[in-house]
Amino acid sequence: MDQHIDLARVSRKRTRRWVILLVGLLLVFTISLFVGRYPQPYWMSPRLLGQDELARQLVLALRLPRILAALMMGASLAAAGNVLQMVFRNPLVGPGILGVSQGAGFGAALAILTFSTIPLAVELSALLFASLGLVLSYLIARQLRYGGWVLRLILSGIAVSALFAAGIGLLKYLSDPLTQLPEITFWLLGGLWSVTWREVLLMLPFVTIGLIIMFLMRWRLNLLSLSEETAFSLGSRMGRERALLLMAAVAAIAAVTAVGGVIGWVGLIIPHMARRLFGASAQLTVPATILMGAVFVIFCDTIARSLRPGEIPLGIITSLLGAVIFILLMITVGARWKP
Amino acid sequence: MSEALISIQDLEFSYDGDHRRVLDRLTLDLPAGSITAILGPNGAGKSTLVHILLGILKPSSGEITISGKNIQHYTRRELSRLIAFVPQSEYTAFEFSVLDYVLMGRAPHIGMLQMPTHDDLVHTLEHLEMLGLSNLVHRSVLELSGGERQLVLIARALAQEPEMLLLDEPTTHLDLSNKGRILITLSKLAERGVTVVYTTHDPDSAAMIARFLVLMKEGRVLSSGTTENVLTAELLTETYGVPVRVVQVDGQPFVLLENHGV
Repeated sequence: MDQHIDLARVSRKRTRRWVILLVGLLLVFTISLFVGRYPQPYWMSPRLLGQDELARQLVLALRLPRILAALMMGASLAAAGNVLQMVFRNPLVGPGILGVSQGAGFGAALAILTFSTIPLAVELSALLFASLGLVLSYLIARQLRYGGWVLRLILSGIAVSALFAAGIGLLKYLSDPLTQLPEITFWLLGGLWSVTWREVLLMLPFVTIGLIIMFLMRWRLNLLSLSEETAFSLGSRMGRERALLLMAAVAAIAAVTAVGGVIGWVGLIIPHMARRLFGASAQLTVPATILMGAVFVIFCDTIARSLRPGEIPLGIITSLLGAVIFILLMITVGARWKP
Repeated sequence: MSEALISIQDLEFSYDGDHRRVLDRLTLDLPAGSITAILGPNGAGKSTLVHILLGILKPSSGEITISGKNIQHYTRRELSRLIAFVPQSEYTAFEFSVLDYVLMGRAPHIGMLQMPTHDDLVHTLEHLEMLGLSNLVHRSVLELSGGERQLVLIARALAQEPEMLLLDEPTTHLDLSNKGRILITLSKLAERGVTVVYTTHDPDSAAMIARFLVLMKEGRVLSSGTTENVLTAELLTETYGVPVRVVQVDGQPFVLLENHGV
């Protein structure tokens, strides 16, 4: 039957894309270990690892954890962005929705102002307030007597985000303009300059559990993107499945935001690119967003730390590249997914 | 009527904080293996009845049994293998291919953490072929015409391999040729032994294919039985509140509005 030939062709094409993505991730990961500002700008010969103790220390203690953090950050933001877009049936929502990012920002600013000397205080406070953002959004949404479930949650998410944004403004106003304010501002722009193995280990459990849940439920996620009555009639226990996926997404977002700050555009743009390459089914887009998000953020972070002698905030690079890619995606004709 | 697949006894429903009864002591049998149309004006309670049958809404009182067992004793998954729902229209924000979309109909047979198997794919392709949709397999669902979209929704419901297909106003938004295509598809399915139940406010689309007819008004069943017995000028006039006439053309009944005074 031609259909089967056709299906075989589509699956061959997809296999090729998976191979390209995997090889791409491996390449970007390995190459970025040797890109930086030591011993000279941009490139360090791998041979130096065997000769130079400082080079080995630099790669193992600084670059490797940082690249792993970038990998986790990209994978988490992109996969969670995809999950949020499908659960909220809206391709324009991102990790910023539900008060998670602003909550993390508020938590970090508060920690910088009050107890910045305690190790991991900023990260833990960001994690705490990111979770609080979600819980508040959820509780307020349950009280609203207006619109459907999706609209209620988005509305209360916007309100909670605004609340935390105002709080951040207040904390900035109260902060010491010479020491604390630059730190808050730099944290809000996002970056992975402070990452060591300790931060990687802090993120790891949240990110791993979040990604595993999203990966395992990837086909099921499709049902949640349909109307409630349809998902219901297809046997989906929507409340439970939705809650599980949202918790997984938020755990991953909160953990990476706590360490790396608010990084824009990854969670919005990567899911769109994944759909162009693999079609809309989340069975494929969930693993695709994990890989593509990882590649994207490792790439951006490598630019952020090696382009200039001083660190460029990662959030600036992701937003710049993300927005450019987004515009290109929107205006290129024929870039739509064709099997 | 022939053996009832679904039996509804004294069903009542009102929305929270509203005293008006949307369904009022509704009693009804839906027979297996043929087409039943639930006919009534807008606001008669048809959609509410559909939502209760799907388990989305819980009745205030009354009882529904499916194959002799109370609907509340079925799990969500069991229910989704018994009744497949075809909505009037369905919004999706994502460009699913027709294949991926219809494949979702296999959900009642796939565990929460499982992926569709090769068998699921084969089933899905068979149902697409049966409805003449094989050439649309890789098309985006957002690019389909109204009639194609409705057929895709029917294919997805068939992929559930249910005992019964429940359709909410399946022809309301369609032009004449697509309306015909859907009605012919439904009668072919009934010939294969699928139980088809659909709501409509259009008497002609009921008259064309339904073997049994249920007339609903203000949350009650006004009359039910075979189409010949129920599709009468008196009963329809009472249902719709306007004078109508039933005429026979080549053995098929048509419903016309009386136009005196116009």
